Amino acid sequence: MNALLELEHLDIAYRTPAGVRRVVHDVSFAVQPGEVVALVGESGSGKTTTSSAVLGLLPSGGRIESGAVRLSGIDLAGWNDRRLESVRGARIGYIPQDPVSSLNPVRPIGAQLADVFRIHRRGDRRAVRGRVLELLERVGLDDPALRAKQYPHELSGGMRQRVLIANAIALGPELVIADEPTSALDVTVQRRILDLIDELRREHGTAVLLVTHDLAVAAERAERVVVMQHGRIVEQGTTEAVLDAPAEEYTRRLLADAPGLAEHEFRHPRPPLYLRDADVAAAENPFALVASGLTKTYGLGRGREPFRAVDDVSFRVLRGTTHAIVGESGSGKTTTARIVSRFVAPDAGSVEVGGSEVTSLTGAAKREFRRRVQLVYQNPFASLDPRQTVAEIVAEPLRNFGVGDRRSRAAAAARLIDRVALPAHLATHRPAELSGGQRQRVAIARALALEPELVVLDEAVSALDVTVQARILELLEQLQGALGLSYLFISHDLAVVQRISHSVSVMRHGRIVESGPTEQVFRAPQHEYTRELLAAVPRRPAPTREVFA
Amino acid sequence: MSADIRTGLLLAWLVVAIVIAWAIVPWLFTGQDPISGVPAEKLQGPSLAHLFGTDAIGRDLFTRVVHGAVHSLSGAFVAVTVGLVAGTLLGVLAGSLGGVVDAAIMRLVDVLLAIPGLLLALSIIILLGFGTVNAAIAVGVGSIAAFARVSRSEVVRVRQSDYVEAAFGSGARLHSVLARHVLPNSLTAVVGLAALQFGTAILAISTLGFLGYGAPPPMPEWGLLIAEGRNYVATSWWLTVLPGLVVVVVVLSANRISQSLGRSR
Repeated sequence: MNALLELEHLDIAYRTPAGVRRVVHDVSFAVQPGEVVALVGESGSGKTTTSSAVLGLLPSGGRIESGAVRLSGIDLAGWNDRRLESVRGARIGYIPQDPVSSLNPVRPIGAQLADVFRIHRRGDRRAVRGRVLELLERVGLDDPALRAKQYPHELSGGMRQRVLIANAIALGPELVIADEPTSALDVTVQRRILDLIDELRREHGTAVLLVTHDLAVAAERAERVVVMQHGRIVEQGTTEAVLDAPAEEYTRRLLADAPGLAEHEFRHPRPPLYLRDADVAAAENPFALVASGLTKTYGLGRGREPFRAVDDVSFRVLRGTTHAIVGESGSGKTTTARIVSRFVAPDAGSVEVGGSEVTSLTGAAKREFRRRVQLVYQNPFASLDPRQTVAEIVAEPLRNFGVGDRRSRAAAAARLIDRVALPAHLATHRPAELSGGQRQRVAIARALALEPELVVLDEAVSALDVTVQARILELLEQLQGALGLSYLFISHDLAVVQRISHSVSVMRHGRIVESGPTEQVFRAPQHEYTRELLAAVPRRPAPTREVFA
Repeated sequence: MSADIRTGLLLAWLVVAIVIAWAIVPWLFTGQDPISGVPAEKLQGPSLAHLFGTDAIGRDLFTRVVHGAVHSLSGAFVAVTVGLVAGTLLGVLAGSLGGVVDAAIMRLVDVLLAIPGLLLALSIIILLGFGTVNAAIAVGVGSIAAFARVSRSEVVRVRQSDYVEAAFGSGARLHSVLARHVLPNSLTAVVGLAALQFGTAILAISTLGFLGYGAPPPMPEWGLLIAEGRNYVATSWWLTVLPGLVVVVVVLSANRISQSLGRSR
């Protein structure tokens, strides 16, 4: 065997005061020189633990219980930090997940890159400086001499990730471990970063172990895929074999749930009411929400140009349909959502909900408005009060508006908990005891308590694993059908938007660049930026089938 | 390692429990009289008959420490209550109302912080008059600033959280959001601080007692005990060292408990 990296029957456990907890069981796989292997799994599947064990970077308490980690035939398991130093950076590079917290905020990036050379004693000061500039240029940063003097906060997320990549490849390692290298980045930036990793691999023949939760990324970039669940390997093989003919139930489910891989029908609004019943239509306003000319400007302090977060944004949401606003971070989509749900006052423009103007509401009228529009937040860990029980959280809106008495509210909460398909016994639990998906269901149940006309979902599924995400999307669709809800769906994820929305607006720099029915926008994008966004979505590079015919 | 930490915490609670028992039922721990002594047995060193030795007029020092617990502890309790109630009220008001109210209250707190603690306590005692309760109130006023700052920062943190916005978004009014979400979630840190301040208050009240501003003799207050032993430091070390050690152990225990309260949130 001449594998570059070989894991053999690896068992990893954490020692906690409560006892020994095994998190990785009997994991064996190999990475050949120059190969890209994707380690795929949901959060808690042990994929990150496995990859950090290779470098001996397990969190405190973590230990390799048995098994071997062979790098070119030499077993690294059980090496201490001092011995591993000769391997870390020099033979195995590491790209961490979070570019924001992985760089020292008080040192210029050039100095941080120079550390790699200093630690491994490669070259004198002058030579190192030259190498650093070379590296920065190599990873595609413009004006390396300037960048080297800048601090991390002066760089964007994508640029910081490039610096971390430069750090990982500085000494020309044979293997790079990339732990979710693009999860925190926008889709167009993600594409460029993945392209960069690909390019470096082709040039230097570096092998890559790509840890990711996104099967689409794995499908697009990897030659072989290792699927993990509950700390065990479920399935492994070449990408084609695993994707075309998954042997295991779990892999099949992952494939079906991955929004970028599965093909879904585009959603079309049901025939509008006036086609079904002309009389009703005459009296009825077909739009749940009409936003026109919304503008919001934030001052950045004296002497600086004010920042236009939202610039003349107009869109409409048909009753009973989902309208998506899609854009990258900083595009103004969240500000738009917050204007619609009246947490931010616009500088200009109007929002009409069900035909009545709501932007000018204040005091009691504004409070009354809360019954009609509800917001579901991105992070289900922050949007639920940790000290309340699930039943209390769900019943709180009813309590605020004095709907019913204590007993009828408890009954209503039980109905809502059932409505979002949560087991009834969870009613007495607190959020900390729930999983992310369960929490988001609680947040949705709370939003439905007052029977609103419009639910604003601000990145409501972005923080969830693909299978959980798929279940929540199914729930949202089913609730929409049953209750006739209208959704304003804010997201950066085009694959999710394609699946859930009837119509879509694409935002960039605070403006809507393109708007229309989802099918039309996705099949025949008019604007350059929309095309760029669509091209950046990771897809399987399948020669046999086209995702968009 | 974690076992050591738990033993330490257990010991701290044990110390506090014993001291509280001293305050409530001192006669269970010693049968001697804390006020009148036996002049023949004056200035004896620690022995089985007199654990902490005796003072200049033959009073058993251990008995005086045990009986003094009630004065020192109730003083510390009053001090912490004053600081906790007034400080948290100011902090919560500042944090939840924001704007001008916030600025005004917090500048007032800054002024309080700018005055050295002992000087502030002494000034208040001069205004209120001498005595155990007044000394306790004076110490409590000194801790208002710390409580106000901690509770304000916690309230501001909780107020920015998504769940508070979600509560407003589902139609809650300010007062119900404060009562239901903000207070329960921000008071953990304040409780931790209260335990810490309890230790500090015992120290401060003892300091005031030592300087003669607290309990009048012959009351066996801990600070006063140390002060009375001062004249005999050269010949009878136990008069200052042993009550001093008791104060040190109790304060350390309170700190240890406070630390664990702060961590468990």
